[in-house]
Amino acid sequence: MIRRPTPERFRLRRTMMFMNAQKPGLIKDAYIYGCDSIILDLEDAVAENQKDAARFSLYHALTSIDYGNTEVIVRINGLDTPHWQEDIRVCVACGADGIRIAKCESAQDVKTVEQAVKKAEQEFGVELGRTLLMAALESPKGILNAYEICSASKRMFGVAISGGDFRKCMQTTFQPDGIDMIAARGYMLIAARAAGIQCFDTVFTNLDDEDGFLAELNQNKAMGFDGKSLINPKQIEPVHKIFAPTAKEVAQAEKIIKAYKEQSVAGVGVFTVDGKMIDLAFIPGAKRTLKLAEACGLYKGDLLL
Amino acid sequence: MINSVGREIPDFLLKNGRGVYQGKHHMDGMYIQKQAPRTRRYEKPQQTKVIDSIVLALENCGAKDGMTFSFHHHLRNGDYVANMVMKAAIEELGLKDLVIAATSLGDAHDPIAQYIEDGKIVGIQTSGIRGKIGEVVSSGKLKTPAIIRSHGGRPRAIEEGELHIDITFIAAPTSDCMGNCRGVGGKSDCGSMGYAMSDAKYADHVVVITDCLVDFPNYPASIEAIDVDNVVVVESIGNPKKIASAAARISQNPRDLMMAENVAKIIASTPYFKDGFSFQTGVGGPSLAANLFLEKYMDEKKITMGWAIGGICGPIVELLKKNKIKKIIDVQDFDLEAVNSIHRTPNHFEMSASQYANPANKGAFVNSLDFVVLAALEIDTDFNVNVLTGSDGILRGAPGGHPDTAAGSKVCIIVTPLTRGRMATVCEKVVTVTTPGDCVDVLVTDYGIAVNPLRQDLIECLDKASIPHLPIEQLKEKAYSLVGCPDDLQWEDKVVAVLQARDGSILDVVRKIKPYIIK
Repeated sequence: MIRRPTPERFRLRRTMMFMNAQKPGLIKDAYIYGCDSIILDLEDAVAENQKDAARFSLYHALTSIDYGNTEVIVRINGLDTPHWQEDIRVCVACGADGIRIAKCESAQDVKTVEQAVKKAEQEFGVELGRTLLMAALESPKGILNAYEICSASKRMFGVAISGGDFRKCMQTTFQPDGIDMIAARGYMLIAARAAGIQCFDTVFTNLDDEDGFLAELNQNKAMGFDGKSLINPKQIEPVHKIFAPTAKEVAQAEKIIKAYKEQSVAGVGVFTVDGKMIDLAFIPGAKRTLKLAEACGLYKGDLLL
Repeated sequence: MINSVGREIPDFLLKNGRGVYQGKHHMDGMYIQKQAPRTRRYEKPQQTKVIDSIVLALENCGAKDGMTFSFHHHLRNGDYVANMVMKAAIEELGLKDLVIAATSLGDAHDPIAQYIEDGKIVGIQTSGIRGKIGEVVSSGKLKTPAIIRSHGGRPRAIEEGELHIDITFIAAPTSDCMGNCRGVGGKSDCGSMGYAMSDAKYADHVVVITDCLVDFPNYPASIEAIDVDNVVVVESIGNPKKIASAAARISQNPRDLMMAENVAKIIASTPYFKDGFSFQTGVGGPSLAANLFLEKYMDEKKITMGWAIGGICGPIVELLKKNKIKKIIDVQDFDLEAVNSIHRTPNHFEMSASQYANPANKGAFVNSLDFVVLAALEIDTDFNVNVLTGSDGILRGAPGGHPDTAAGSKVCIIVTPLTRGRMATVCEKVVTVTTPGDCVDVLVTDYGIAVNPLRQDLIECLDKASIPHLPIEQLKEKAYSLVGCPDDLQWEDKVVAVLQARDGSILDVVRKIKPYIIK
């Protein structure tokens, strides 16, 4: 039986790919595509009378397939359904890394799930606190409550917006320039950063519109998203490409860390790199750039050690 | 005797100068003696060579017991001609002890299997063997071992006289009354007629069989009247639906696309990826999809492809029409778009199988090829590839141009999923070696990439481009961990097929499979 290592609350999550938990052909080796996380779906992709079958498929997949470094998140059914408690039990029992709470609207929703997760961890003898949580905001209310949701639990690693439902609530449709969701995306990002957790953008559903996808990715990166939900493996590579730091950014980060290491040995806190003042506040950003660069295969040095 | 790919070749096959495979390019620089055919003079002016029936043509060409008849496979699975001719020869003329020398045999030729069982056909020489013929040969019912050659090995054998053709029957989409043939313009178009060209030049007698007689002269001709004895007009030479498929579509399967993208990345990482480079790919899912990604890299680097060869299909023709390829040199067409393009699109040319791939001429196209992307049924940890026998040991495949392009190209990339159903594609030892591992450079699977350790230069290229790769043994282990390790096949002693390397030496043999009995 496969035992997954303890999940890391803050790790690289550029690409989170949805897959129907009920499709063994898809999930048997979903890690080969190289996304950072897969989201096995028990919710919308699974028909109402197939929820049980999907849970079995999920359990056996996670306990018999080694997903390696690919994070495995499970999207559970909404709290207004009869399914979510059983969903949580199976997630915990099979050692999923985290749970994505669908249609989350309040801190209470997060706490309700957290309680059930804790109970399941006790039931199955799983290390308490092991199972991470993320929330999907799909309604105006969810967006307005973003900050309390983001800070509702120590298990929370991130928050994502779900465009389909949100646009319906807002009586709008997909717009190529993103104007339809610009306020919601911005508000959610602010809340996530304030709470110190990650933030992910919604799926892009028109697989044939490559230019549109790239435009949305560039906007995502510019706004500061950590990653994006995906629906097809062919979307992975473009995200990794666009979210990767530029050669210039990598070189700059390298210089900063190098200088910081040298200066801190000498007891200096403020110094200059290429004529620009650098202090401790710059270090986490530079480290994040290098870490991202390393994950993208663009940095092979030893400054992160 | 054990050959250089570790296969035991029985001594009784090693006669008349035939040796075992000793590595690629082993015969480079040696001389061959070409054998000329014995052909009839038609000095007196004739009005027409059209004759009423296949039987009359057989009689006119002196058909008798023990002869070798040849066929091409440009009509692919739609071919009616081989069946028609063998039926006339065996059922109407009562001939026996015949040998079929085809460029390939497929499901379309299932009726011929019965003649093998009846002992009327005693020999098969082909570059592909599938369907019922594969099954009866595997069960030991053919009197002599079948001889399997690559597309380049076949014209070599013909020119050397190792394969002497008494009568060749050329299925022709159009012909005039004197026998000038073309692959376009009729009701069963196949495009290129490249595989039939050596047969027309080297067979003692040439019979054209067409279902579309056109005005003389049918020009420019693929098969020339000067080589043709008779023309027979029949109702139909083939089923057009099975000759050329509708346009080959690029796969949308994410697994195929991922492998294809990796293929393109690898190509782009090598020094051979420069303006004017040359390329061949197959029509399998990931091979074909490689075109798509390659185009992106070509655009990025602002380069164009100098030429593409091989079996041609729509997506390659599209690149020609977009001026991203300068020339296509075409031995066979796989879909309607390619059929409709050859002879019509400027810079889309036809070539013979010898020009394409013959290792014994003075430099076939494959020898100048930069990249080839090929599929495999199996590949082992020595990079030997099998594209001939199934996991049950039955003949059901075709070396085709696989060994030729692998040996000639600078970079040969095999692309295949790690497992197919319950079968490990990457395995310890392939059932049959059809392409030797010293010709195979890179393996791309859905679970990772492996580079042949013989190609340290390519390993460097991949490392430089941050393309991850791993030892092929690890891929094999992964495959076995997923689907299990199969028991060895159980063979009898009888050799049912001899697999020739393209240079004519013996690469492997296929033995009769023991019937599997569930205890």
